[in-house]
Amino acid sequence: MLIPSPKWLRGGDIAASEITPRSVFESRRRLMALAAAGAAGSTLAPWFARSALAQAPRGRKLAAAPNNAYVVPEKRTPYEDVTTYNNFYEFGTDKSDPAHNAGTLRTRPWQVAVEGLVKKPRVYDIDELLRLMPLEERVYRMRCVEGWSMVIPWSGYSLAELIRRVEPQSGAKYVEFVTLADKKQMPGLGSRVLDWPYTEGLRMDEAMHPLTLLAFGLYGEVLPNQNGAPVRVVVPWKYGFKSAKSIVRIRFVDQQPSTSWNLAAAQEYGFYSNVNPDVDHPRWSQATERRIGEDKSGGGFSALFAPKRKTLPFNGYAPQVASLYQGMDLRKFF
Amino acid sequence: MARPDLSPPRAGVGSGRAARPAPAGLATLAPGRVRIVKALVWVLALLPFLRLLALGFAGEFGANPLEFVTRSTGTWTLVMLCATLAVTPLRRLTGWHWLARLRRMLGLFAFFYALQHFLLWLAVDRGFDVAYMVKDIAKRPFITVGFAAFALMVPLAATSTSAMVRRLGGRRWQWLHRAIYAIAVLGILHYWWHKAGKHDFGTVSAYAAVVFVLLAARAWWWWRKPAPQAARR
Repeated sequence: MLIPSPKWLRGGDIAASEITPRSVFESRRRLMALAAAGAAGSTLAPWFARSALAQAPRGRKLAAAPNNAYVVPEKRTPYEDVTTYNNFYEFGTDKSDPAHNAGTLRTRPWQVAVEGLVKKPRVYDIDELLRLMPLEERVYRMRCVEGWSMVIPWSGYSLAELIRRVEPQSGAKYVEFVTLADKKQMPGLGSRVLDWPYTEGLRMDEAMHPLTLLAFGLYGEVLPNQNGAPVRVVVPWKYGFKSAKSIVRIRFVDQQPSTSWNLAAAQEYGFYSNVNPDVDHPRWSQATERRIGEDKSGGGFSALFAPKRKTLPFNGYAPQVASLYQGMDLRKFF
Repeated sequence: MARPDLSPPRAGVGSGRAARPAPAGLATLAPGRVRIVKALVWVLALLPFLRLLALGFAGEFGANPLEFVTRSTGTWTLVMLCATLAVTPLRRLTGWHWLARLRRMLGLFAFFYALQHFLLWLAVDRGFDVAYMVKDIAKRPFITVGFAAFALMVPLAATSTSAMVRRLGGRRWQWLHRAIYAIAVLGILHYWWHKAGKHDFGTVSAYAAVVFVLLAARAWWWWRKPAPQAARR
Protein backbone atom coordinates (compact mmCIF):
# COMPACT_ATOMS: atom_id res chain seq x y z
CA MET A 1 0.00 0.00 0.00
CA LEU A 2 1.19 3.48 -0.79
CA ILE A 3 1.03 5.62 2.27
CA PRO A 4 1.40 9.35 1.67
CA SER A 5 4.33 10.28 3.83
CA PRO A 6 5.43 13.61 5.27
CA LYS A 7 8.03 15.59 3.38
CA TRP A 8 10.88 14.74 5.71
CA LEU A 9 10.37 11.05 5.05
CA ARG A 10 10.20 11.37 1.29
CA GLY A 11 13.24 10.73 -0.87
CA GLY A 12 14.56 13.52 -3.03
CA ASP A 13 14.95 11.48 -6.20
CA ILE A 14 11.46 10.36 -7.03
CA ALA A 15 10.57 10.26 -10.70
CA ALA A 16 7.68 12.50 -11.67
CA SER A 17 5.75 9.45 -12.87
CA GLU A 18 6.03 7.95 -9.41
CA ILE A 19 4.36 10.87 -7.75
CA THR A 20 0.75 10.23 -6.92
CA PRO A 21 -1.48 12.87 -8.54
CA ARG A 22 -2.83 15.23 -5.94
CA SER A 23 -6.46 14.37 -6.59
CA VAL A 24 -5.78 10.65 -6.15
CA PHE A 25 -3.72 11.39 -3.08
CA GLU A 26 -6.51 13.49 -1.63
CA SER A 27 -9.22 10.95 -2.36
CA ARG A 28 -7.02 8.19 -0.98
CA ARG A 29 -6.57 10.17 2.20
CA ARG A 30 -10.30 10.58 2.46
CA LEU A 31 -10.75 6.88 1.79
CA MET A 32 -8.31 6.02 4.54
CA ALA A 33 -10.07 8.29 6.98
CA LEU A 34 -13.39 6.80 5.91
CA ALA A 35 -12.11 3.25 6.22
CA ALA A 36 -10.80 3.93 9.68
CA ALA A 37 -14.04 5.59 10.68
CA GLY A 38 -16.11 2.81 9.16
CA ALA A 39 -14.19 0.14 10.98
CA ALA A 40 -14.65 1.88 14.26
CA GLY A 41 -18.34 2.43 13.76
CA SER A 42 -20.22 5.48 12.67
CA THR A 43 -20.35 6.93 16.18
CA LEU A 44 -16.59 7.37 16.04
CA ALA A 45 -16.61 9.15 12.69
CA PRO A 46 -16.57 12.72 14.00
CA TRP A 47 -13.71 11.74 16.29
CA PHE A 48 -11.73 10.62 13.25
CA ALA A 49 -12.50 13.66 11.08
CA ARG A 50 -12.24 16.91 12.94
CA SER A 51 -12.33 19.54 10.23
CA ALA A 52 -15.85 18.73 9.09
CA LEU A 53 -16.97 20.53 12.22
CA ALA A 54 -15.03 23.63 11.34
CA GLN A 55 -16.71 24.67 8.12
CA ALA A 56 -18.59 27.91 8.57
CA PRO A 57 -20.22 30.28 6.11
CA ARG A 58 -17.95 33.12 5.06
CA GLY A 59 -18.79 36.66 6.06
CA ARG A 60 -19.95 39.59 3.94
CA LYS A 61 -17.33 41.44 1.91
CA LEU A 62 -15.88 44.54 3.45
CA ALA A 63 -14.09 46.88 1.10
CA ALA A 64 -10.66 47.93 2.31
CA ALA A 65 -7.72 49.36 0.36
CA PRO A 66 -4.39 47.65 1.05
CA ASN A 67 -1.94 49.84 2.93
CA ASN A 68 1.45 48.53 1.89
CA ALA A 69 3.22 50.41 4.65
CA TYR A 70 1.70 47.91 7.05
CA VAL A 71 2.08 44.60 5.27
CA VAL A 72 4.25 41.89 6.78
CA PRO A 73 5.94 40.05 3.90
CA GLU A 74 5.13 36.61 5.30
CA LYS A 75 2.78 33.83 4.33
CA ARG A 76 -0.72 34.59 5.54
CA THR A 77 -2.29 32.12 7.94
CA PRO A 78 -5.11 30.26 6.17
CA TYR A 79 -8.57 31.73 6.78
CA GLU A 80 -9.74 28.43 8.19
CA ASP A 81 -7.10 28.48 10.92
CA VAL A 82 -7.62 32.16 11.71
CA THR A 83 -11.32 31.57 12.22
CA THR A 84 -11.34 28.18 14.00
CA TYR A 85 -8.41 28.48 16.40
CA ASN A 86 -9.37 31.27 18.76
CA ASN A 87 -9.09 32.35 22.34
CA PHE A 88 -12.36 34.09 23.13
CA TYR A 89 -13.35 32.80 26.54
CA GLU A 90 -16.78 34.39 26.43
CA PHE A 91 -17.58 31.50 24.09
CA GLY A 92 -15.62 28.76 25.87
CA THR A 93 -12.04 28.05 26.81
CA ASP A 94 -11.25 25.50 24.12
CA LYS A 95 -9.69 26.89 20.94
CA SER A 96 -12.49 25.46 18.84
CA ASP A 97 -15.27 26.72 21.14
CA PRO A 98 -15.57 30.26 19.76
CA ALA A 99 -16.08 29.02 16.19
CA HIS A 100 -18.78 26.64 17.45
CA ASN A 101 -20.50 28.94 19.94
CA ALA A 102 -20.13 32.50 18.72
CA GLY A 103 -23.08 32.20 16.35
CA THR A 104 -25.27 33.50 19.16
CA LEU A 105 -23.51 36.86 19.20
CA ARG A 106 -25.69 39.63 17.72
CA THR A 107 -23.54 42.31 16.12
CA ARG A 108 -26.45 44.58 15.08
CA PRO A 109 -27.60 46.76 16.66
CA TRP A 110 -24.31 47.54 18.37
CA GLN A 111 -23.08 50.62 20.11
CA VAL A 112 -19.67 51.63 21.35
CA ALA A 113 -19.56 54.17 24.17
CA VAL A 114 -16.49 56.37 23.99
CA GLU A 115 -16.32 58.12 27.33
CA GLY A 116 -14.27 59.20 30.33
CA LEU A 117 -11.72 61.98 30.22
CA VAL A 118 -12.60 63.30 26.78
CA LYS A 119 -14.07 66.59 25.65
CA LYS A 120 -16.54 64.96 23.27
CA PRO A 121 -17.82 61.73 24.78
CA ARG A 122 -20.13 59.90 22.42
CA VAL A 123 -21.98 56.69 21.86
CA TYR A 124 -21.19 55.52 18.36
CA ASP A 125 -23.41 53.23 16.39
CA ILE A 126 -21.30 50.50 14.86
CA ASP A 127 -22.14 51.52 11.29
CA GLU A 128 -21.23 55.09 12.06
CA LEU A 129 -17.91 53.92 13.47
CA LEU A 130 -17.37 51.79 10.40
CA ARG A 131 -17.79 54.83 8.14
CA LEU A 132 -15.72 57.18 10.25
CA MET A 133 -12.66 56.59 8.06
CA PRO A 134 -11.96 54.65 4.87
CA LEU A 135 -10.94 51.13 5.81
CA GLU A 136 -7.48 49.91 4.96
CA GLU A 137 -6.12 46.41 4.87
CA ARG A 138 -3.03 45.71 6.95
CA VAL A 139 -1.25 42.41 7.34
CA TYR A 140 0.00 41.99 10.90
CA ARG A 141 1.76 39.28 12.82
CA MET A 142 -0.27 38.09 15.77
CA ARG A 143 1.66 36.47 18.60
CA CYS A 144 -0.31 34.69 21.31
CA VAL A 145 1.13 34.56 24.81
CA GLU A 146 0.71 30.78 24.57
CA GLY A 147 3.55 30.51 22.07
CA TRP A 148 1.85 30.42 18.68
CA SER A 149 1.49 33.03 16.01
CA MET A 150 -0.43 33.90 12.88
CA VAL A 151 -0.21 36.42 10.04
CA ILE A 152 -3.59 38.06 9.51
CA PRO A 153 -4.91 40.61 7.01
CA TRP A 154 -7.10 42.95 9.05
CA SER A 155 -9.42 45.67 7.80
CA GLY A 156 -9.77 48.83 9.83
CA TYR A 157 -8.16 52.15 10.59
CA SER A 158 -5.82 53.51 13.21
CA LEU A 159 -7.49 53.82 16.61
CA ALA A 160 -5.82 57.26 16.78
CA GLU A 161 -8.37 58.52 14.25
CA LEU A 162 -11.21 57.83 16.65
CA ILE A 163 -9.28 59.12 19.64
CA ARG A 164 -8.58 62.44 17.93
CA ARG A 165 -12.27 62.91 17.22
CA VAL A 166 -13.30 62.64 20.88
CA GLU A 167 -10.50 64.98 22.01
CA PRO A 168 -8.95 63.47 25.13
CA GLN A 169 -8.42 65.79 28.09
CA SER A 170 -4.90 66.37 29.31
CA GLY A 171 -5.58 64.11 32.29
CA ALA A 172 -6.28 61.08 30.08
CA LYS A 173 -3.27 58.79 30.49
CA TYR A 174 -4.72 55.41 29.64
CA VAL A 175 -7.46 53.88 27.52
CA GLU A 176 -9.62 51.06 28.78
CA PHE A 177 -11.44 48.68 26.43
CA VAL A 178 -14.47 46.75 27.63
CA THR A 179 -15.83 43.68 25.85
CA LEU A 180 -19.52 42.85 25.78
CA ALA A 181 -20.63 40.58 28.64
CA ASP A 182 -24.09 39.22 27.91
CA LYS A 183 -24.93 35.79 29.28
CA LYS A 184 -27.68 35.34 26.71
CA GLN A 185 -25.25 35.69 23.83
CA MET A 186 -22.08 34.37 25.40
CA PRO A 187 -22.27 30.87 26.89
CA GLY A 188 -18.74 31.10 28.28
CA LEU A 189 -19.74 33.73 30.82
CA GLY A 190 -21.10 30.95 33.01
CA SER A 191 -17.54 29.92 33.80
CA ARG A 192 -15.50 31.78 36.37
CA VAL A 193 -12.27 31.61 34.39
CA LEU A 194 -12.09 35.40 34.29
CA ASP A 195 -13.95 38.28 35.88
CA TRP A 196 -16.38 39.53 33.28
CA PRO A 197 -16.60 41.79 31.45
CA TYR A 198 -13.24 41.33 29.79
CA THR A 199 -11.27 44.53 30.11
CA GLU A 200 -8.00 45.52 28.54
CA GLY A 201 -6.02 48.70 28.46
CA LEU A 202 -3.28 50.65 26.76
CA ARG A 203 -1.19 53.62 27.68
CA MET A 204 -2.27 56.73 25.79
CA ASP A 205 0.82 56.77 23.55
CA GLU A 206 0.31 53.09 22.75
CA ALA A 207 -3.33 53.67 21.87
CA MET A 208 -2.36 56.65 19.68
CA HIS A 209 0.38 54.73 17.87
CA PRO A 210 -0.46 54.39 14.16
CA LEU A 211 0.05 50.60 14.35
CA THR A 212 -2.81 50.23 16.81
CA LEU A 213 -5.74 49.27 14.66
CA LEU A 214 -9.47 49.50 15.18
CA ALA A 215 -10.49 46.47 13.15
CA PHE A 216 -13.82 45.56 11.60
CA GLY A 217 -12.81 42.80 9.24
CA LEU A 218 -10.28 40.19 8.21
CA TYR A 219 -9.45 38.67 4.84
CA GLY A 220 -11.56 41.36 3.20
CA GLU A 221 -14.69 40.26 5.02
CA VAL A 222 -16.66 41.37 8.04
CA LEU A 223 -15.06 40.02 11.23
CA PRO A 224 -16.38 36.57 12.06
CA ASN A 225 -18.01 36.61 15.50
CA GLN A 226 -15.31 34.37 16.95
CA ASN A 227 -12.65 36.89 15.94
CA GLY A 228 -14.22 39.73 17.88
CA ALA A 229 -17.06 41.08 15.77
CA PRO A 230 -18.18 43.69 15.16
CA VAL A 231 -15.22 45.77 16.31
CA ARG A 232 -11.97 45.05 18.09
CA VAL A 233 -8.52 46.49 18.53
CA VAL A 234 -5.36 44.91 17.17
CA VAL A 235 -2.10 45.80 18.88
CA PRO A 236 0.43 43.77 16.93
CA TRP A 237 3.52 44.23 19.13
CA LYS A 238 1.73 42.89 22.21
CA TYR A 239 0.52 39.41 23.06
CA GLY A 240 -2.83 38.70 21.50
CA PHE A 241 -4.91 38.97 24.67
CA LYS A 242 -4.15 42.71 24.79
CA SER A 243 -6.26 43.16 21.66
CA ALA A 244 -9.77 43.35 23.09
CA LYS A 245 -12.61 41.89 21.04
CA SER A 246 -16.29 42.79 20.60
CA ILE A 247 -15.80 46.17 22.23
CA VAL A 248 -18.74 48.04 23.77
CA ARG A 249 -16.89 50.72 25.71
CA ILE A 250 -13.70 52.72 25.26
CA ARG A 251 -12.95 54.74 28.35
CA PHE A 252 -10.23 57.34 28.87
CA VAL A 253 -8.81 57.33 32.40
CA ASP A 254 -6.00 58.84 34.45
CA GLN A 255 -4.94 55.62 36.22
CA GLN A 256 -3.61 52.41 34.74
CA PRO A 257 -6.77 50.33 34.30
CA SER A 258 -6.99 46.86 35.75
CA THR A 259 -7.00 44.25 33.01
CA SER A 260 -8.65 40.84 33.04
CA TRP A 261 -5.62 38.57 32.68
CA ASN A 262 -3.58 40.65 35.06
CA LEU A 263 -6.33 40.29 37.66
CA ALA A 264 -6.50 36.55 37.05
CA ALA A 265 -2.75 35.91 37.30
CA ALA A 266 -0.66 39.01 37.94
CA GLN A 267 2.65 37.14 38.00
CA GLU A 268 1.96 35.68 34.56
CA TYR A 269 0.35 38.52 32.63
CA GLY A 270 1.58 42.06 33.05
CA PHE A 271 -0.17 45.24 31.97
CA TYR A 272 2.27 45.86 29.14
CA SER A 273 2.61 42.31 27.78
CA ASN A 274 4.84 43.39 24.94
CA VAL A 275 6.06 40.43 22.92
CA ASN A 276 9.49 39.76 24.36
CA PRO A 277 11.58 36.62 23.67
CA ASP A 278 13.80 37.43 26.66
CA VAL A 279 11.08 37.48 29.30
CA ASP A 280 9.64 34.02 29.79
CA HIS A 281 6.16 33.26 30.92
CA PRO A 282 6.48 31.54 34.32
CA ARG A 283 5.34 28.29 32.79
CA TRP A 284 6.96 28.37 29.36
CA SER A 285 9.59 30.07 27.29
CA GLN A 286 8.70 32.95 24.99
CA ALA A 287 11.89 32.63 22.94
CA THR A 288 10.23 30.74 20.11
CA GLU A 289 6.81 30.38 18.59
CA ARG A 290 4.87 28.02 16.40
CA ARG A 291 3.49 29.61 13.27
CA ILE A 292 0.00 28.30 12.69
CA GLY A 293 -0.82 26.79 9.31
CA GLU A 294 2.61 27.48 7.87
CA ASP A 295 3.30 24.06 6.41
CA LYS A 296 0.43 21.92 5.24
CA SER A 297 2.28 20.29 2.38
CA GLY A 298 2.56 16.76 3.75
CA GLY A 299 -0.70 16.18 5.54
CA GLY A 300 -0.71 16.71 9.28
CA PHE A 301 2.74 15.30 9.96
CA SER A 302 4.92 17.93 8.31
CA ALA A 303 3.09 20.60 10.31
CA LEU A 304 3.42 18.49 13.44
CA PHE A 305 7.19 18.25 13.06
CA ALA A 306 7.72 21.76 11.68
CA PRO A 307 10.42 23.63 13.58
CA LYS A 308 9.47 26.65 15.65
CA ARG A 309 10.57 30.10 14.66
CA LYS A 310 12.35 32.64 16.84
CA THR A 311 10.14 35.20 18.47
CA LEU A 312 11.15 38.77 17.66
CA PRO A 313 11.28 41.61 20.20
CA PHE A 314 8.00 43.53 20.01
CA ASN A 315 6.88 40.85 17.56
CA GLY A 316 9.11 42.36 14.87
CA TYR A 317 7.71 45.88 15.36
CA ALA A 318 10.66 47.12 17.44
CA PRO A 319 11.69 49.82 14.88
CA GLN A 320 8.24 51.38 15.21
CA VAL A 321 7.50 50.95 18.91
CA ALA A 322 10.66 50.30 20.95
CA SER A 323 11.05 54.03 21.55
CA LEU A 324 7.78 54.04 23.52
CA TYR A 325 9.51 52.05 26.25
CA GLN A 326 12.85 53.83 26.38
CA GLY A 327 14.37 53.67 29.84
CA MET A 328 11.82 51.14 31.10
CA ASP A 329 12.94 47.86 32.63
CA LEU A 330 10.97 45.46 30.42
CA ARG A 331 11.56 42.61 32.86
CA LYS A 332 9.79 44.60 35.55
CA PHE A 333 7.14 46.03 33.27
CA PHE A 334 6.43 42.78 31.43
CA MET B 1 2.67 -1.56 36.11
CA ALA B 2 0.47 -2.10 39.14
CA ARG B 3 0.42 -4.55 41.97
CA PRO B 4 0.81 -8.17 41.04
CA ASP B 5 -2.01 -10.54 41.53
CA LEU B 6 -2.34 -11.15 45.28
CA SER B 7 -5.63 -12.92 45.49
CA PRO B 8 -6.61 -15.66 45.50
CA PRO B 9 -3.57 -16.19 47.69
CA ARG B 10 -2.87 -19.66 46.36
CA ALA B 11 -1.74 -18.21 43.05
CA GLY B 12 2.02 -17.79 43.07
CA VAL B 13 2.96 -14.14 43.03
CA GLY B 14 6.23 -14.93 41.35
CA SER B 15 4.58 -16.53 38.36
CA GLY B 16 2.31 -13.99 36.81
CA ARG B 17 0.73 -16.40 34.36
CA ALA B 18 0.30 -19.32 36.76
CA ALA B 19 -2.85 -21.29 36.08
CA ARG B 20 -5.26 -21.15 38.95
CA PRO B 21 -8.39 -23.10 39.67
CA ALA B 22 -11.32 -21.31 38.15
CA PRO B 23 -13.45 -19.69 40.85
CA ALA B 24 -17.16 -20.32 40.75
CA GLY B 25 -19.96 -17.99 39.61
CA LEU B 26 -19.68 -14.65 37.80
CA ALA B 27 -15.98 -14.49 38.39
CA THR B 28 -15.46 -17.35 35.99
CA LEU B 29 -14.14 -16.68 32.52
CA ALA B 30 -12.61 -19.42 30.44
CA PRO B 31 -9.04 -18.75 29.30
CA GLY B 32 -10.24 -18.46 25.71
CA ARG B 33 -12.77 -15.82 26.72
CA VAL B 34 -10.11 -13.91 28.62
CA ARG B 35 -8.00 -13.89 25.49
CA ILE B 36 -10.91 -12.45 23.52
CA VAL B 37 -11.50 -9.76 26.13
CA LYS B 38 -7.79 -8.96 26.11
CA ALA B 39 -7.79 -8.64 22.33
CA LEU B 40 -10.81 -6.35 22.47
CA VAL B 41 -9.28 -4.15 25.13
CA TRP B 42 -6.04 -4.09 23.15
CA VAL B 43 -7.85 -2.80 20.06
CA LEU B 44 -9.82 -0.27 22.11
CA ALA B 45 -6.68 1.00 23.79
CA LEU B 46 -4.96 1.35 20.43
CA LEU B 47 -7.82 3.32 18.86
CA PRO B 48 -6.61 6.73 20.08
CA PHE B 49 -3.28 6.04 18.39
CA LEU B 50 -4.92 4.85 15.17
CA ARG B 51 -7.07 7.93 15.24
CA LEU B 52 -4.00 10.16 15.43
CA LEU B 53 -2.46 8.33 12.48
CA ALA B 54 -5.66 8.71 10.46
CA LEU B 55 -5.96 12.41 11.31
CA GLY B 56 -2.31 12.91 10.48
CA PHE B 57 -2.56 11.31 7.05
CA ALA B 58 -5.77 13.21 6.36
CA GLY B 59 -4.10 16.50 7.35
CA GLU B 60 -6.61 17.04 10.10
CA PHE B 61 -4.47 17.83 13.10
CA GLY B 62 -6.00 21.30 13.02
CA ALA B 63 -4.40 24.69 13.36
CA ASN B 64 -1.85 23.70 15.98
CA PRO B 65 -0.84 20.07 15.33
CA LEU B 66 1.78 19.84 18.07
CA GLU B 67 -0.61 21.15 20.69
CA PHE B 68 -3.37 18.84 19.52
CA VAL B 69 -1.27 15.67 19.41
CA THR B 70 0.56 16.48 22.64
CA ARG B 71 -2.70 17.05 24.47
CA SER B 72 -4.32 14.00 22.96
CA THR B 73 -1.48 11.69 24.00
CA GLY B 74 -1.44 13.30 27.44
CA THR B 75 -5.14 12.72 27.86
CA TRP B 76 -4.87 9.07 26.82
CA THR B 77 -1.95 8.52 29.17
CA LEU B 78 -4.18 9.65 31.99
CA VAL B 79 -7.11 7.55 30.79
CA MET B 80 -4.91 4.44 30.62
CA LEU B 81 -3.47 5.19 34.07
CA CYS B 82 -6.98 5.44 35.47
CA ALA B 83 -7.97 2.20 33.74
CA THR B 84 -4.90 0.47 35.16
CA LEU B 85 -5.64 1.76 38.64
CA ALA B 86 -9.28 0.73 38.31
CA VAL B 87 -8.45 -2.95 37.82
CA THR B 88 -7.83 -3.83 41.46
CA PRO B 89 -10.84 -2.01 42.97
CA LEU B 90 -13.11 -3.35 40.24
CA ARG B 91 -11.84 -6.85 40.76
CA ARG B 92 -12.36 -6.54 44.45
CA LEU B 93 -15.89 -5.23 44.07
CA THR B 94 -17.01 -7.68 41.39
CA GLY B 95 -14.91 -10.72 42.21
CA TRP B 96 -13.94 -10.90 38.52
CA HIS B 97 -10.36 -11.93 39.09
CA TRP B 98 -9.62 -12.24 35.39
CA LEU B 99 -9.61 -8.44 35.27
CA ALA B 100 -6.09 -8.64 36.67
CA ARG B 101 -5.02 -10.20 33.39
CA LEU B 102 -5.71 -6.84 31.67
CA ARG B 103 -3.65 -4.76 34.03
CA ARG B 104 -0.21 -5.18 32.54
CA MET B 105 -1.53 -4.36 29.08
CA LEU B 106 -3.33 -1.25 30.30
CA GLY B 107 -0.25 -0.11 32.18
CA LEU B 108 1.90 -0.59 29.10
CA PHE B 109 -0.59 1.39 27.04
CA ALA B 110 -0.32 4.20 29.59
CA PHE B 111 3.43 4.10 29.01
CA PHE B 112 2.93 3.92 25.24
CA TYR B 113 0.95 7.17 25.23
CA ALA B 114 3.23 8.80 27.81
CA LEU B 115 6.24 7.98 25.63
CA GLN B 116 4.65 9.71 22.65
CA HIS B 117 3.71 12.66 24.85
CA PHE B 118 7.29 12.89 26.16
CA LEU B 119 8.96 12.41 22.77
CA LEU B 120 6.82 15.12 21.18
CA TRP B 121 7.94 17.52 23.85
CA LEU B 122 11.58 16.46 23.64
CA ALA B 123 11.92 16.16 19.86
CA VAL B 124 9.49 18.69 18.47
CA ASP B 125 8.87 21.22 21.19
CA ARG B 126 12.44 21.27 22.54
CA GLY B 127 14.08 20.20 19.24
CA PHE B 128 16.30 17.62 21.05
CA ASP B 129 18.03 20.50 22.80
CA VAL B 130 18.96 18.74 26.04
CA ALA B 131 20.20 21.90 27.77
CA TYR B 132 16.93 23.60 26.93
CA MET B 133 15.08 20.54 28.16
CA VAL B 134 16.95 20.46 31.48
CA LYS B 135 16.30 24.16 31.94
CA ASP B 136 12.64 23.57 31.28
CA ILE B 137 12.48 20.75 33.82
CA ALA B 138 14.27 22.81 36.46
CA LYS B 139 12.35 26.01 35.91
CA ARG B 140 8.77 25.00 35.29
CA PRO B 141 7.01 23.01 38.01
CA PHE B 142 4.44 21.58 35.64
CA ILE B 143 7.21 20.22 33.42
CA THR B 144 9.12 19.01 36.48
CA VAL B 145 6.25 16.89 37.74
CA GLY B 146 5.34 15.70 34.27
CA PHE B 147 8.89 14.59 33.64
CA ALA B 148 9.08 12.94 37.07
CA ALA B 149 5.91 10.99 36.31
CA PHE B 150 7.31 9.82 33.00
CA ALA B 151 10.70 8.94 34.51
CA LEU B 152 8.92 6.82 37.13
CA MET B 153 7.01 4.98 34.42
CA VAL B 154 10.19 3.81 32.68
CA PRO B 155 11.30 1.25 35.32
CA LEU B 156 7.74 -0.02 35.62
CA ALA B 157 7.48 -0.62 31.89
CA ALA B 158 10.95 -2.20 31.89
CA THR B 159 9.99 -4.62 34.66
CA SER B 160 6.60 -5.49 33.25
CA THR B 161 7.55 -8.89 31.87
CA SER B 162 6.89 -12.08 33.78
CA ALA B 163 10.61 -12.80 33.69
CA MET B 164 11.31 -9.52 35.46
CA VAL B 165 8.63 -10.26 38.06
CA ARG B 166 10.42 -13.54 38.78
CA ARG B 167 13.85 -11.97 38.79
CA LEU B 168 12.87 -9.18 41.19
CA GLY B 169 10.74 -11.39 43.38
CA GLY B 170 7.10 -10.62 44.00
CA ARG B 171 7.56 -8.51 47.08
CA ARG B 172 10.18 -6.20 45.56
CA TRP B 173 8.34 -6.08 42.26
CA GLN B 174 5.17 -5.11 44.05
CA TRP B 175 6.98 -2.46 46.08
CA LEU B 176 8.42 -0.98 42.89
CA HIS B 177 5.12 -1.01 41.06
CA ARG B 178 3.39 0.91 43.80
CA ALA B 179 5.10 3.84 42.07
CA ILE B 180 2.00 3.97 39.89
CA TYR B 181 0.24 5.76 42.76
CA ALA B 182 2.87 8.51 42.65
CA ILE B 183 2.76 8.55 38.85
CA ALA B 184 -0.99 9.12 38.86
CA VAL B 185 -0.76 11.91 41.43
CA LEU B 186 2.13 13.57 39.57
CA GLY B 187 0.23 13.22 36.30
CA ILE B 188 -2.79 14.97 37.78
CA LEU B 189 -0.57 17.70 39.21
CA HIS B 190 1.09 18.15 35.81
CA TYR B 191 -2.29 18.60 34.15
CA TRP B 192 -3.58 20.78 36.99
CA TRP B 193 -0.67 23.21 36.83
CA HIS B 194 -0.87 23.25 33.08
CA LYS B 195 -4.44 24.49 33.37
CA ALA B 196 -3.79 26.78 36.35
CA GLY B 197 -2.91 29.85 34.29
CA LYS B 198 -6.33 29.87 32.72
CA HIS B 199 -8.18 28.82 35.90
CA ASP B 200 -9.67 26.17 33.71
CA PHE B 201 -10.02 23.17 36.01
CA GLY B 202 -13.13 21.55 34.56
CA THR B 203 -11.61 18.53 32.82
CA VAL B 204 -8.67 18.06 35.12
CA SER B 205 -10.99 18.03 38.14
CA ALA B 206 -12.83 15.06 36.68
CA TYR B 207 -9.59 13.11 36.27
CA ALA B 208 -8.45 14.17 39.73
CA ALA B 209 -11.71 12.90 41.20
CA VAL B 210 -11.33 9.53 39.46
CA VAL B 211 -7.73 9.13 40.64
CA PHE B 212 -8.75 10.22 44.13
CA VAL B 213 -11.50 7.61 44.34
CA LEU B 214 -9.23 4.88 42.99
CA LEU B 215 -6.48 5.68 45.50
CA ALA B 216 -8.88 6.34 48.38
CA ALA B 217 -10.45 2.91 47.84
CA ARG B 218 -7.03 1.35 48.36
CA ALA B 219 -6.32 3.47 51.41
CA TRP B 220 -9.70 2.49 52.86
CA TRP B 221 -9.18 -1.23 52.30
CA TRP B 222 -5.65 -1.05 53.59
CA TRP B 223 -6.82 0.73 56.72
CA ARG B 224 -9.72 -1.70 57.29
CA LYS B 225 -7.68 -4.82 56.72
CA PRO B 226 -3.94 -4.23 56.54
CA ALA B 227 -2.85 -6.50 53.68
CA PRO B 228 -3.74 -9.90 55.17
CA GLN B 229 -2.49 -12.05 52.31
CA ALA B 230 0.79 -10.25 51.95
CA ALA B 231 1.41 -10.38 55.71
CA ARG B 232 0.80 -14.10 55.85
CA ARG B 233 3.28 -14.91 53.16
